[in-house]
Amino acid sequence: MGKRKRSVGELNASSMADIAFLLLVFFLVTTSMSTDKGLARRLPPPVPADQQQDDVEMNKRNVLMILVNSNNDLMVNGEVMETSKLKEKAKEFILNPSNSEDLPEKEVGSFGSFGNVMYTKKHVISLQNDRGTQYQAYIEVQNALVAAYDEIRDDFSMQKRGKKFVDLSEEEQKEVQKIFPQKISEAEPKNYGGN
Amino acid sequence: MAKFRKDGGRKLPGLSTSSLPDIVFMLLFFFMTATSMKEVTYKVNINLPNATQLTKLEKKSLVKYVYIGQPKKEWVKYVGTESCIQLDDEFVKDAEKVQNYIVDKRAAMNEEDQGQMVVSLKVDKDTKMGIVTDVKQALRNANALKINYTALGK
Repeated sequence: MGKRKRSVGELNASSMADIAFLLLVFFLVTTSMSTDKGLARRLPPPVPADQQQDDVEMNKRNVLMILVNSNNDLMVNGEVMETSKLKEKAKEFILNPSNSEDLPEKEVGSFGSFGNVMYTKKHVISLQNDRGTQYQAYIEVQNALVAAYDEIRDDFSMQKRGKKFVDLSEEEQKEVQKIFPQKISEAEPKNYGGN
Repeated sequence: MAKFRKDGGRKLPGLSTSSLPDIVFMLLFFFMTATSMKEVTYKVNINLPNATQLTKLEKKSLVKYVYIGQPKKEWVKYVGTESCIQLDDEFVKDAEKVQNYIVDKRAAMNEEDQGQMVVSLKVDKDTKMGIVTDVKQALRNANALKINYTALGK
């Protein structure tokens, strides 16, 4: 007895398109294209309740004092300043290119493959804002400071390795971060004049 | 003798739609991979601030969100017009509650992921810093030190 050949009936795939469309529409409606981006920052660790925070005496030349009041005005080391000029000011402060007496003192440190580098080890940028400061103003200040650090790191990498900071190897990136650590200290909240 | 006969037997060949599902599936996969689900429905108005030095948030599962802004119209009668904190789907009056919320959320995560948790602050750009500072203090107390101020590129 020979085997009878049975043909398998063809699968009707015409509804496949409908199903796929349905799913497509669902995803179109429920999703938003924007990916989340933002300024990454690190908060200082909490102060234990039983411990008084002792004010560490800092040499005045090592501190860049930034105050933002409730009218979103900026004061940097006692001078009123526009936010747009803050980046240059911060860069000058961190690098101290002219070895000025008023800017942070420079020290020599050795950093892996970069050898000995002069850097401003003790510099601190202190940022204080009023409770009435607008959030946008605060973000602009933060953004300017991060931009200053990013540009300094990029310039340094360009000068030493001829590459941008992001193109360096992981170890080199770590070394550069050590040379120019982001030292932005945000003081405990206070209420400055105006409500 | 009719040279031109109407023979009526000619038909236009049917348009083949068999590749349609493939095309649509392709689109579907594109949208599935390129988009991200909305985390919650906002009960507050959030116009993100602008900034340039942005970093991407890497892993969605490590990110917890805190929203701050003025309540939307339909909620004004319940909570007033003052800027509010929204956690998940609820309004929170007290910034200190953020601490408990974050601690709970962290406890629910895998142990190895706990140290990498990032708190994303989605804050309206017209908010006063007072409430943001309170939230930051609460996050410090909860030991959630990695934060990200969500912003839009310029």
